[in-house]
Amino acid sequence: MPVQPRRAALTDSATETVRLSGVSFGYADGPDVLRDVNLILPAGSFHFLTGPSGAGKSTLLKLLTLARRPTAGALALFGEAAGEAPRAALPVFRRRMGVVFQDFRLLDHLSAFDNVALPLRLAGVRRESWAEDVEEMLDWVGLGERMNDRPPTLSGGEKQRLAIARAVVTRPELILADEPTGSVDAAMGERLLKLFQSLNRLGTTVLIASHDEALAAASGATALRLEGGRLLGGGT
Amino acid sequence: MIGRWIPRRAPILPRDGGGEPWLAAVIAVLCFLACLSAVGAVAADRAAHGWVRQLRAEATVQVRPRVNETGSEAAARAAQTLAGVTGVDEAEAMDRKTAEALLRPWVGDAVLPDLPLPHLVTVRLDPEAPASPVSLSRALAEAGVDATVDDHSLWRGEVERSAALITLLALTAFLLTAGGAGAAIVYATQAGMAAQRTVIETLSLNGASDGRIAGLYQTRYALLAAGAGAAGAVVAMGLVAGARFLGGADGVTPALPVTWGDVLMLSPCPLLAATVALVAARITALARLRGGR
Repeated sequence: MPVQPRRAALTDSATETVRLSGVSFGYADGPDVLRDVNLILPAGSFHFLTGPSGAGKSTLLKLLTLARRPTAGALALFGEAAGEAPRAALPVFRRRMGVVFQDFRLLDHLSAFDNVALPLRLAGVRRESWAEDVEEMLDWVGLGERMNDRPPTLSGGEKQRLAIARAVVTRPELILADEPTGSVDAAMGERLLKLFQSLNRLGTTVLIASHDEALAAASGATALRLEGGRLLGGGT
Repeated sequence: MIGRWIPRRAPILPRDGGGEPWLAAVIAVLCFLACLSAVGAVAADRAAHGWVRQLRAEATVQVRPRVNETGSEAAARAAQTLAGVTGVDEAEAMDRKTAEALLRPWVGDAVLPDLPLPHLVTVRLDPEAPASPVSLSRALAEAGVDATVDDHSLWRGEVERSAALITLLALTAFLLTAGGAGAAIVYATQAGMAAQRTVIETLSLNGASDGRIAGLYQTRYALLAAGAGAAGAVVAMGLVAGARFLGGADGVTPALPVTWGDVLMLSPCPLLAATVALVAARITALARLRGGR
């Protein structure tokens, strides 16, 4: 029987994709990297998370991907209490989100095609039902001609686009992207931004962590700013 | 863009090209040894049963001659008496030459002519309904023959105990080698997971459950062990078949009689090796994932 996340009456899942209530986090015995963060991302919203290096942007995304757990406060995803969810319940949350990692996290032994198909294979979806989607996704990010190439042969920008294709191929409800335009030129950055905007128009909640405040401003998305582990604006 | 060539799906886990061939070699050798142990256990059990059956089918009677009677006469009279007992197929007095031939390997030729030898009668019993030592003794007493009947029960017990010990040792060796194969898989799984930590994190963050990740490792090592087990079993089967072929009907030696059935008995080895690997890899992978290491 599939494991279901514990239900909690923390949020309205129809209207809130993410809710952080008084969340703090610190690594081991170190100081808190995030302090008393309160944040609500309504379903279908588009937010940029900006701030200087070391502000805690990547750490906040790690909490949202459940790679780390808050040391204090409550975290809810898709209307379910997720901060203390048992390990067995994590895949249920993660299959509803797509993540673009700053370091791409591509599997070097797999082709571009297989990297994009990875979340679908892991979810046990039959190949016949997704092979075409994966090809279309690769075409969409401009890698249609390189689907049989492996990540080590791709440029930084191509890896970034491949990572984005993998994150969105499952049509997730929430997309979390950590510096998704960091390795591409301005033109490609703009194209990727449009890609996220078009996904958002389809109802996907998008949160992009970026130090590029100009891009954030140009996107027209709601800007959130983290400084010293505190969320300064745009939160709840 | 349908119609472009898409390669066959690659395994989700990267290959450990450096370590896996050596792991396969270790498992193949362990499976070979396990196969030999299994055949040894079965052959030892078979040999022991054969010896016991042979001992059960015979009895030896030591005859003490009366005054004015030679030992040969007494033995002949005892043989005649015993031949008429129900449950006896044949009774034959052992002449001195035959008795000396039995003792020669232990005492040599030098002392044999001067050695006083007991007067013996060899009795072959009906294997279906053998005469009991009591009935043989009673018949001899009624015929006025002073004799002692030995039904080989002392030897039989020792043979049975020795055979049971050999079988136990062979089974222990079999279980130890199977355990060794399991331990090798545990080590390989742990080493593989440590080396592929970032891959595992990536799989996990892309929605893979612990069971799914453990399944990838268990499939990999089960297939590897099945192949290695097949290699080890084929070599062992060749060796056993050779022993059976060279030894004719009794196998390579009467002490360890092997049969063609023993060769076939080894055929499930790849399946067994795969099962051991599957269980070991799954338990190890799940423990490691849940331990957060």
